[in-house]
Amino acid sequence: MTWLLAIFQTLLFVALAPLLAGWLKWCKCHLQNRQAPSLLQPYRDLLKLTRKQPVVAEHASWIFTRAPYIIFSAIVLAASIVPLIAVDLPTAAIADVIVLVGFFAFARFFLALAGLDIGTAFGGMGSSREMTISSIAEPAMLMAIFTLTMTASTTNLSFAIIHVLNEGLVLRPSFVFALFALMLVAIAETGRIPVDNPDTHLELTMIHEAMILEYSGRHLALIEWASQVKLMLYGVLIANIFFPWGIAQSFSVQALAHGLLAIIGKLAVLAILLSISETLLAKMRLFRVQEYLSFAYLLGLLGMLSHIILEASR
Amino acid sequence: MMTMILAYNAVLLSFASGLLALMSNQCAMLLTLSQRFLTVDAHFPRCRKLLDRILEESRYASLHRQAVFVLLGLSGVFAVLAGLSVMMGQDNLTDQIGLGLPWLPWHVRFDGLSGFFFLIIGIGVIAVSLYGPAYVAFYQESQHPFAVLGLFTGLFVGGMYLVLLADDAFFFMIAWELMSVASYFLVAFQHEHSANRRAAFIYLVMAQVGALAIILSFGVLASFSDGLTFDALRQTTVSTTWASIAFVLALFGFGMKAGIVPVHVWLPEAHPAAPSHISALMSGVMLKVAVYGLIRFCFDLLGELQWQWGVVLLVLGTVSAVGGILYAMMQPNLKRLLAYSSIENIGIIFMVLGLAMIFMANGHPQLAALGFLAALFHAFNHSLFKNLLFLGAGILQHQTHDLNIDTMGGLIQRMPQTSFLFLVGCMSISSLPLFNGFVSEWLAFQTALQVDVLDNGVLRSLIPVSAAALALTAALAAACFVKVFGMIFLGLPRSRNSEKAQEVKDKSMLYGPALLAGLCFFFGIFPNIIINLLNGVAKQLLGQSLPNDAALSWLWLAPVSANKVSYSPPMVLVGVLIAGGISFWYLRRNLETKTMRRASAWDCGFGGLTPRMQYSCSAFTMPFRRIFARVWLIDECIDKEMQGAMDMDVKAVHYHLQVQDHSWPRLYQPITHGVNQLAKRVGRIQTGNIRVYLGYSFVTLILMLWVIS
Amino acid sequence: MNIEQQDFYTQAILSMAALIGLASFLMLGQGRLLRLIFVFALQGLLLTMTAALSAYSLNNHHLYISAGLTLVLKVMFIPWMLRRQVLAMHMNRDVEALENKTLVMLGGASLMVFSYYVLHPIVQSSSTIMVNALAVSLSVVLLGMLLMISHRQAVAHVVGFMSIENGLFFAAIVATNGMPMVVELGIAFDVLVAAVLFGIFFFHIRTSIDSLDVDRLNRLNEVDQ
Repeated sequence: MTWLLAIFQTLLFVALAPLLAGWLKWCKCHLQNRQAPSLLQPYRDLLKLTRKQPVVAEHASWIFTRAPYIIFSAIVLAASIVPLIAVDLPTAAIADVIVLVGFFAFARFFLALAGLDIGTAFGGMGSSREMTISSIAEPAMLMAIFTLTMTASTTNLSFAIIHVLNEGLVLRPSFVFALFALMLVAIAETGRIPVDNPDTHLELTMIHEAMILEYSGRHLALIEWASQVKLMLYGVLIANIFFPWGIAQSFSVQALAHGLLAIIGKLAVLAILLSISETLLAKMRLFRVQEYLSFAYLLGLLGMLSHIILEASR
Repeated sequence: MMTMILAYNAVLLSFASGLLALMSNQCAMLLTLSQRFLTVDAHFPRCRKLLDRILEESRYASLHRQAVFVLLGLSGVFAVLAGLSVMMGQDNLTDQIGLGLPWLPWHVRFDGLSGFFFLIIGIGVIAVSLYGPAYVAFYQESQHPFAVLGLFTGLFVGGMYLVLLADDAFFFMIAWELMSVASYFLVAFQHEHSANRRAAFIYLVMAQVGALAIILSFGVLASFSDGLTFDALRQTTVSTTWASIAFVLALFGFGMKAGIVPVHVWLPEAHPAAPSHISALMSGVMLKVAVYGLIRFCFDLLGELQWQWGVVLLVLGTVSAVGGILYAMMQPNLKRLLAYSSIENIGIIFMVLGLAMIFMANGHPQLAALGFLAALFHAFNHSLFKNLLFLGAGILQHQTHDLNIDTMGGLIQRMPQTSFLFLVGCMSISSLPLFNGFVSEWLAFQTALQVDVLDNGVLRSLIPVSAAALALTAALAAACFVKVFGMIFLGLPRSRNSEKAQEVKDKSMLYGPALLAGLCFFFGIFPNIIINLLNGVAKQLLGQSLPNDAALSWLWLAPVSANKVSYSPPMVLVGVLIAGGISFWYLRRNLETKTMRRASAWDCGFGGLTPRMQYSCSAFTMPFRRIFARVWLIDECIDKEMQGAMDMDVKAVHYHLQVQDHSWPRLYQPITHGVNQLAKRVGRIQTGNIRVYLGYSFVTLILMLWVIS
Repeated sequence: MNIEQQDFYTQAILSMAALIGLASFLMLGQGRLLRLIFVFALQGLLLTMTAALSAYSLNNHHLYISAGLTLVLKVMFIPWMLRRQVLAMHMNRDVEALENKTLVMLGGASLMVFSYYVLHPIVQSSSTIMVNALAVSLSVVLLGMLLMISHRQAVAHVVGFMSIENGLFFAAIVATNGMPMVVELGIAFDVLVAAVLFGIFFFHIRTSIDSLDVDRLNRLNEVDQ
């Protein structure tokens, strides 16, 4: 029974991701005084892409044509282990947050290989930049995770959320630092401004777009959807770990509906914050991203140090 | 007892394969011998015919090669069986061989730890012997005699087995030297290139210095005990200072053989110089024997572990891991890159061993068992995927006649099976889920995350920093191997050799890598098999097993406790297959859009795509070069040739990049300079004058008389 | 002695302590002078709020006066003076390019661990959890000195010196519930006088060697090369 619920939660996760992307675009358009497309436009875009025949370069190999499926499966699997509306589901015990990072690495590996497959300079550039940014984001993310797990003493997401819920409202300096570090890392990993511009196709500024330049049709639909799910994943991680109130701890219909409303509300607020920062900030030069991520690492390090020094000293 | 027989068989078979290799060119002699021998006895006409067929000139060479490698492979099989049986039986077998000195026979011990490393060596040897016959056929007999290669391979493998079996310091050192010297001859096999000779020389010097340090460390322990056997060394109680001195010496000696920064410089020189299957054995197996030596010394022979030693191991391991992978990224030569990547993985193993030591010394033996298990599992995994990558590099070298990544490209269409196996190796070494590299990294992180049980605040701050460094090396390794696979196999061919490359004709060269790739995937999905075995090893050696060993089932991996954290590789595989399968089937159900249309690459509409426009090795790693600039000695220059009126048009741009290891000018050149100066000074006593030499004898005689009186 | 078991005010004070430490790190990494002064003012503001919270939760009224003094001096007056000075000497366009920024930051982190290690026996023997923040205050002092060592511009030296005093003030609030009023006033006036004197000296240095780069003062020695 709970397995059915877990599968339902995963499908809900994957289905809601384009809605989040649509809402983000709506907020940005309104902040920038433009006319916004409807909230359901990303769904229409994905449907349109799936109906078109993909055009593939002549010398593309099976890695190029099969990578979208691999990337999408890895991200969907990652979505199944992050608690969206309920904790204590069996899928949450399959993997913990380190395996989640491993799933992202899996998807990124194949995306980078797909970028290198055609042999254009754009693909190589995108792969090179993407691997650079992800390598220096990894220590920052791990520091933030460490800070969390030193408090919750587990890396399993479900148990961590339950631990935070049971403690009530505690103002911890380590959580404040970990929250900011995770937000900075999330912006870098999902390729938003100020690290990467998701709307651009200029050579100087592309990172994610450069790797998927050659894709079309259903392949492009899968990759776009996967990146939308990834953005929602990071949002749900931040929302549910640091502000878990509202998530369902039992499986009654009322609790689940309450959890769904809570997560929709939290994601909406996070999307508004993201759109404000995207409007106010400009994209950084590529080699400034290193300083940005070092700052995230420093925040994670300070969070861990303040846990050791201030919170749980012996 | 059966187990000991299996172990001895493994050793004997490897020596036998070496001896058989000496018969490589003796076809004519064997023919005359057989004729003379068998004319006497006329009862075996069929035997006669068989011998005639075998000893036929044309077929003798290939049959002989196969026979040598069959013997070597059998020794590997016996080693695997011996290792498995001793680990499952949890035995601790001892024996004595009558060889050695009359009053000091060789003691043999075969326990779980030796058994595990027997398993590692055995699997590596099996893969290499499947790969060997076809690979070695490429060497020309006149320049590179097979007798030398086969003999020293057999001695090398036999030496490694004997190191694992040795139970006293004397036998250990003899086996260690046998291993080192045999591998020196293998490294110097292609000695017509001066670079190979230099590499072999550096390797020999460093191996001997390391062996000297190991002898000294055994000596420190033996001076406080009443014998050289490991049992006697175990019983001695040594003061903390002397134990620390012994530890430092052992770390220096075993670390030099394992390849820890800064004593790693022989690795990137020696591994490219040796033949590929030997590089696979050296990198995948011999480095693990050095790790075995360190584990045996620290966890078994030294009594009390100090947490400071653990911190030293942790720091050295972290520096090696990060430094190793950063240097690997800058190498255009595939084998040098793989050698530096071995340094990185050995660094990770040392890091986790350091964590285990810290936990042990601070009174958390179960967590120490977890760390110990993670380190050994990573050693096993590394031997699997590093062997695979080196064997693949050998195939690439033969098909494209070059090892420079910058000249390859587009080989995935020309060599599909090799590319698939190489991809499995790249995915395992980048620690991606579903493969074995990830499980050992996950266990390492779980060990590091238990840091909260320690009381020491400084340790609690240091260990997360090194865990973050571990995450950094994992991400850098993924970046490096994306580059390797992408540059070699994907894109367009960058040179004529790559354009004309083909898949290996002799498919037997693919069996060895296929076996290793299958094992990588299998142990990625079902790691509990090895973890259960390692649990027994940890119990034998440390006296403790995992905190939650009752719950090690085939489905879940929950090392600390089921309520804390768990990971289920089979369910992850099922999930991936379901998600991928559904999306694949659903999106392709429309017949019109099912087939893809092939056209030229989009390239943003620029057109005119040539292979020169692709990213090269140094281009891909340019951001890393900028960010981590201080780690290397970089010499980069861009020359523009100008032409035209007033030299304003660019005719050509020349780019030159040279990346060097810091340890050469900072550490090794001053040492060599100092040694040369010292040697010059000492050389002054040889004046060449006969009266001075007579004077030396005279002074010695007077001294002796005085001492006697 | 865990944070979950404390009341809200203690949690808030510990969070402020962490943010004050973060402000010290931010000052270490700043190259531009105006932003450095702004972060310094921010640190002063956090200090004021900590003192006020502490006064409220411990019912210690003279900490309110300390808070007010800090607000006037450290948040308003000294930053305003320094800012005026920087703009008058047109130094706001100079960017201090720190060569080894990563090393300096990591050095700062290890100083924090070191100050925790040094104060560990004292903290262990005390029963109140607020004493944990002593390690943070000692690290603020040490980070202020590191700021003085790593930056070349003389105005950064002033800011470093002031942040040392910030750290001492914070230690006083946390450990002993504020300093005696006389000591407090004396230190505050010392700091004020020091700031004024710094201003005068900087003006003279600037007019004589035409820059406020402290490394240029090496030229003043008369050793034959």
